[in-house]
Formats: sequence, C-alpha cells, structure tokens
Amino acid sequence: MSVRRLRRRLVSGLMTTLVGMLSFVAVLALLVILGYLVAKGASSLDWSFFVQNPVPAGQAGGGVANAIVGTVIIVGLAALIGLPIGIGTGLYLAEYGSGRLGWIVRFVADVLNGTPSIVVGIFAWTWLVRPMGHFSALAGSVALAALMVPMIARTTEEMVRLVPHALREAALALGYPRWRTSLRVVARTALAGILTSCLVGVARIAGETAPLLFTALGNLNFSTSVLQPMQTLSLQVFTYATGPFDEWHRLAWAAALVLMGLVLLLSLAARWMLRSRYGAAR
Amino acid sequence: MAPPADARLQLETVRLTALYGRRAVVKDVSILFPKHTVTALIGPSGCGKTTFLRCLNRMHELSEGGWVTGKVLLDGQDIYDPSVDAIQLRRRIGMVFQRPTPFPTMSIYDNVAAGLRVNGGRARAELDAAVEGALRRAALWDEVKDRLRHSAVALSGGQQQRLCVARALAPEPEVLLLDEPTASLDPAGTQHIEELCHELKTRYTIVIVTHNLQQAARISDYTGFFYLGDLVELGRTEELFTKPTKERTEAYITGRFG
Repeated sequence: MSVRRLRRRLVSGLMTTLVGMLSFVAVLALLVILGYLVAKGASSLDWSFFVQNPVPAGQAGGGVANAIVGTVIIVGLAALIGLPIGIGTGLYLAEYGSGRLGWIVRFVADVLNGTPSIVVGIFAWTWLVRPMGHFSALAGSVALAALMVPMIARTTEEMVRLVPHALREAALALGYPRWRTSLRVVARTALAGILTSCLVGVARIAGETAPLLFTALGNLNFSTSVLQPMQTLSLQVFTYATGPFDEWHRLAWAAALVLMGLVLLLSLAARWMLRSRYGAAR
Repeated sequence: MAPPADARLQLETVRLTALYGRRAVVKDVSILFPKHTVTALIGPSGCGKTTFLRCLNRMHELSEGGWVTGKVLLDGQDIYDPSVDAIQLRRRIGMVFQRPTPFPTMSIYDNVAAGLRVNGGRARAELDAAVEGALRRAALWDEVKDRLRHSAVALSGGQQQRLCVARALAPEPEVLLLDEPTASLDPAGTQHIEELCHELKTRYTIVIVTHNLQQAARISDYTGFFYLGDLVELGRTEELFTKPTKERTEAYITGRFG
C-alpha cells in the first residue's frame, strides 16, 4: 500500500514540476521579448518622441507622432467598419445560425480566420488601391476590417452561446418576441463578453503590418487624410528596422515598444471587462 | 375523474398530443383546469408532465422539432388556432421555471417590469405601482423594497425564485404555470413558494409540475398522474392520494416505483 502511495506521489510531483517548467518556458518567451524591447527602446522614449514627426534620414532625433495618430485613425476606422459587421454576424450565428446558411457562414468565417493577412492586403490593393489610383489609409482600414470580421463574429458567437438557454426561455415565456429576446436579454447578458472580444480583436489588428504594406503604404509626414497614404507604428517599425541607419534602428525599437504598450493596454482593458461581467446592473 | 361541473372553467386541453418530430411524449391528454384552483401534475422523470405544461403557453413549439395535435382552450378559445398570436398569448399565461432565471443585467425593479415594458410604454407611476403589487403578491416586497435598483443576482436562490414569480405576475396573467418551482430551493424557500400558491389561487389558475408528492398533496386541489406520456389518473387531490383508482397510481404514490 505504502509503496503504491509513494509512487503515486512521486509521479504527481514529477508531472507538476514538468508542466510548471513548460509554462515557465512559455512565459519566459514573452518576458524576454518584453525585456529586450524595454532595454533597447526605453532609452529613446521621451516627450519629443511622442510629439515630433520623423526627421530626414541621417539627422538625429525626431519622433513617431504621425505613426501614433495614423495607427489610431486606421485602426479606429477599421473597428468602425468591422465591429458592427462582426458583432451582427456573431449574433446571427448564435441565435439563428443552426441551419445550412449558418453552417456556410461559420465555415467561411473559419477559412477567413486562417487566411494569411498579406492575402487580405492583396485583395484590398486589387479592389481599392488600384481603382482609386493611389494608396490610402482607407484601403488599409478596409483590409484590417476584413481581418477582424471573422474573428469578432466567431468570438461573439461563443460569448452569446454562453448565455444560459433558461434565460431565453424566461424572456419568451414573458411574451418577448424572438428578436427582442435576442437583443434585450441575450445580447445584453453577453455584452461584457462581446466588448471583450472586440478589444481583443482590435488589439490583434493594431499590430498587423503585412496588409498595410500595399494599402496604407506609410508616410513620413504627418497626415490625417484617410484618402492619402498614412503611417502606422507597425509600418514605421518595418521601415526603420530594415533601413541602413543606426539612428533608425534605435527609433524602430522605441516604436515597437510603444506599439507593444498599446496592445498591452487594450488587453488589460479586455481582462478588466471580462472580470466585471454579470456583476453590474444599471 | 371529472372536476365538479359547477367550477367555472378556464383552461382545458382536448386530446392534446405533444411530439418531438414523430415521437409523441404526451399522448391524447384531456384535462380541465377549473378557475382559481391549483392542479398538480406528478409522475416519474421523463413522463411528459413538463412537456405538457409547456404546451399550455405554446413554449413546446419553440423546442427543436416540437409540435402538437389536439386543442388547448383558454376561456373557450383554442390557443393553437392560427388567429392566435403566441407572443400575446404568453402574456396571459405566466410561467416560472425549475431554476430561478432572473435577468442578470437588470435590477430587481427592471426584472419585474420586464414583462410590462414589452407590452408597450407605460407611465412611470403606473409601472411603479404594478412592480410593487407584483412583489407584494410574491411575498418579496419587504425584503427588497430598499434595494430595487440593485442587481437581481445578488438575491438568494429562494428570493430569486420569488422574484421570477413576481415577474410572471406583473403582466396580470390569468394562468400561472409552475415547472418544479422548488426543485432547486432549500426547505425555507420551498415553504415560501408553497404558501404563495395558497394565496395566489384566489386570483390565478395555477398548474404546477412537481416531483415532490408531499408538495402536491399539500398545495393542490386536483392532481394528475402522468406515466410514459399518458395521463393515468386525474382527481381531487385527497381522493387520488388516499383512494387511487388505478393500480399504477397507487404503486407510484406508495413509492413502489418511479
């Protein structure tokens, strides 16, 4: 009996150590990236980095104000286009998507979810950039929105499905029409979860570079016109990191750090929202 | 078998059969529910009593593959007639489920008002009065009157279930359907609900599904025993429990099966 117990404890201890070490490796990767970014980039972060525009190559100083504003505009516009479509699709899939059409939509969304982002960029180039005759922030936003829709749709569906069936029945038994049950009771109960999935989705596309390369293109000047090429942090990192100057490399690290911080902030906000779900009443 | 003829009739099923696809789970059941009485439906799990209950407010047809044959007459009108709007009908027949189902995003007040608001806009004062009235009838008012704006999920299980009763009562239904309303409650919560049934039957016609035979004996005027989708026996509660006419009923209420 005691030999058996000893063996059981030994195996248990061994396995606990093993999975503990594996998760440490996973976390370590993230910590190394973050640490390296901070070590390389933090020293370049000062007020002028945030408020100045890039200076011509070879000169010292300059900042990424144009890229920060550009990221906010392009990602914001993408969210404006993508979130309503994504949330609507997700609601449809969860509430009415049990038939053949639902199956098709779900399948298409899953395929789109797995599509490399650069492919989406090519389509945006073909359908927007070429007809318009020039690169534009709008084309970039559309490409990002297209990446976002299937992601948001599927996560929204998951969140809405988490709402207990009993709540739906309770509303229907009270004489709620079906659509009103979906909006007033089901969607509202899942609201925190839906908003969380939106934030995660926005955080995901905020760092995308590939679909912007031949849509928004990038811009070394400050621009707020969505019909013109525009800079984003990810494009800035790409340009600077692949450039020949040490000064550019330094700025690339700093821009990457800012981008990482932005995504981290969004993720934290998502976490906080998920924690407060079901808690609040008006 | 038949209830006394002098009782004013309110709800009646005529040869009601409920099916999932081609499988009948309630077979050819005819019951009269006299006005302002409590009728308990008992029987082992899976005997069709809950499905039968869900046919009375047309909830069964919302289940995958659910449909019915036969008639359900409410004040003489067949609720399955094409001219009857199921959504309007459900406002006349309230329902409380096995587990408490307060809407988690709404306050206590909004939960009770939900069934009223869905009926169209009402004046603030009118709504306030209706909410208070419903909470009083559900014997919950004194416990929640100071925190009407608080979340409904902070209430105890028993309070949540009485909140669901209040929510069902607020639109002033004629019939109240209770589907094992005390199944997830402790003895104190169960007693509360049972006492409620006694008081509520002066205003409403109540049909309650229960697994608890003592509960059926305590609170109901009539009891129906279901087995494998058939209504085996229906009668005055004290008669059914003391002098059942069918052997199967006797076997069930004496605990020999089920």
